[in-house]
Amino acid sequence: MPQSKQYMVVERREMKILVAIKRVPDYESKIKIKPDSSGIVTDGIKWIANPFDEIAVEEAIKLRDAGKADQVVVVGIGPDDAAAQLRYGMAMGADSGIHVKYDGVVDSDLASRVLAEVYKRGEYGLIILGKQSIDSDANQTGQLLAERLSLAQACFASKLEINDNFATVTREVDGGLEIIKVPLPAVISTDLRLNEPRYASLPGIMKAKKKPMEEFTLGDLGVTEELKLKVVRMTPPPTRSAGRKVESVSELVDALKNEARVL
Amino acid sequence: MAGVLVFLEQVDGELQKASLVALRAARELAKSLDLGNINGLTLGKSAEKAATAALEYGFEVVYFSEESDFENYRSVAFAKAAQKGFADCGASLFVAAATTTGKDFCPRIAAAGEMGQASDIVAVNSEGTVRRPMFAGDVLADVEILTEKKVITVRPTAFDPAETIQSSGEKKALGQVEIPDFAGEFVSFEGSGGDRPELTEASSVVSGGRALQSEENFEKYIFPLADSLGAAVGASRAAVDSGYAPNDWQVGQTGKVVAPNLYIAVGISGAIQHVAGMKDSKVIVAINKDPDAPIFELADYGLVADLYSAVPELTEEIKKSKQS
Repeated sequence: MPQSKQYMVVERREMKILVAIKRVPDYESKIKIKPDSSGIVTDGIKWIANPFDEIAVEEAIKLRDAGKADQVVVVGIGPDDAAAQLRYGMAMGADSGIHVKYDGVVDSDLASRVLAEVYKRGEYGLIILGKQSIDSDANQTGQLLAERLSLAQACFASKLEINDNFATVTREVDGGLEIIKVPLPAVISTDLRLNEPRYASLPGIMKAKKKPMEEFTLGDLGVTEELKLKVVRMTPPPTRSAGRKVESVSELVDALKNEARVL
Repeated sequence: MAGVLVFLEQVDGELQKASLVALRAARELAKSLDLGNINGLTLGKSAEKAATAALEYGFEVVYFSEESDFENYRSVAFAKAAQKGFADCGASLFVAAATTTGKDFCPRIAAAGEMGQASDIVAVNSEGTVRRPMFAGDVLADVEILTEKKVITVRPTAFDPAETIQSSGEKKALGQVEIPDFAGEFVSFEGSGGDRPELTEASSVVSGGRALQSEENFEKYIFPLADSLGAAVGASRAAVDSGYAPNDWQVGQTGKVVAPNLYIAVGISGAIQHVAGMKDSKVIVAINKDPDAPIFELADYGLVADLYSAVPELTEEIKKSKQS
């Protein structure tokens, strides 16, 4: 066991939490690929806040309400109407929003460069975001961001405790649960079991309309738009056709043994 | 010619299957991207033993470190070690398995070196692109990494493990790696394992869904069926969220991806998020009392039945058939 490190306890200053929200197609939407294979059809798609990011918002609000933080700021990158998902985060209870307006394609790397610049423009004590977005499924942004800011990370969190200036985090890893301790500020990425996000209430939605929203462009932040990844083409996965229904357990065992030969 | 560095996970000096899968992909990538030598890196207690074992796999150099910094996994420490190994062997491609370890530390290397990363790839295309699932597997995307140096993580079920090849490689101590103060510390690990095979490596998997209704029913119905087959146990997200099964048994888009010879889904309706984690299984069996459950649309064999009577019967029949 490595020797336990002593972290210096400093008087608590104002603690702001930055929460990233990505706009993604609703998980119940039927995803269709464009005829030229260049991307998905976005007409008629219902957009939602990435479910893992909603968990991040919930966790930040809980920390604030428990007196562990003072303010929750949500940030998102996207076109004009991506403001809706930031307003949703504010309707859940976040205090303010930052909308980085950009119409182009955003890969994990570009997202991390934008978030790093937003972080540097505020005094944040913690960053929380989803472990992956349910559209690109890349599972990179939080880790990229932590490296860019020379911060510790605690990814796939299912439990988070903040004490003085460190976080104790339970992580969902292959084979079980791991507990780590990281100094703050740090980047936390959320897994499913961290909490159950609340629904935005009607008064919450009304209030959110009046909450402050700052706007930036990539240029304002000094971020270039080049990408590190390019989707060359999209194809549907091979479909798996239904087999057959069996009438009884003995017919099933017979089929597994003599037909599929897996027993 | 610039080469490849493959991260090799090991337990007690034994190379993990997921890393041998990553190695197979790395060999294909070396061909399609026209790269040279393949090197390895392994860290932690018994890393030297793992490095020795790795020499059977045709590596040019296998770097290892048993320094106390790597005794327990920490993202910052592993990323720093990987960066050093990457620089030392002059590689231009870093490859690791898309396990929770690989997923966790690889992007740090990508950011540190301004490299593009493709996550969780399932195929290597001859044109130099890689294929990866998006939208819970509803889309397969062929992606090009636009940077000269690249990072790739490989889905552990997507390739066969690499075979040994004769070679004359060497192992080398990685040497001093500076770990910054912010790396944090490991506190504890609580395994959820038991004696059953690892979910992602098992040749058979029995998974239970919300219809099991309790943790006790998992023990009473799912465990005996799994044990009659020597299978691993999995669960749907609904079952995990309800507390019937531990988190790392979750099969699906945001959990484990499995592709066993036999997958038996018990009381699982077949939401796309679950299907994303098991649809590449060779033979799929579904037991569900709802004849319209979507799981039947992809099952090779569907049994419309009450699981509380069908599963014990199936367990007995399998036991009998194994004896005969």
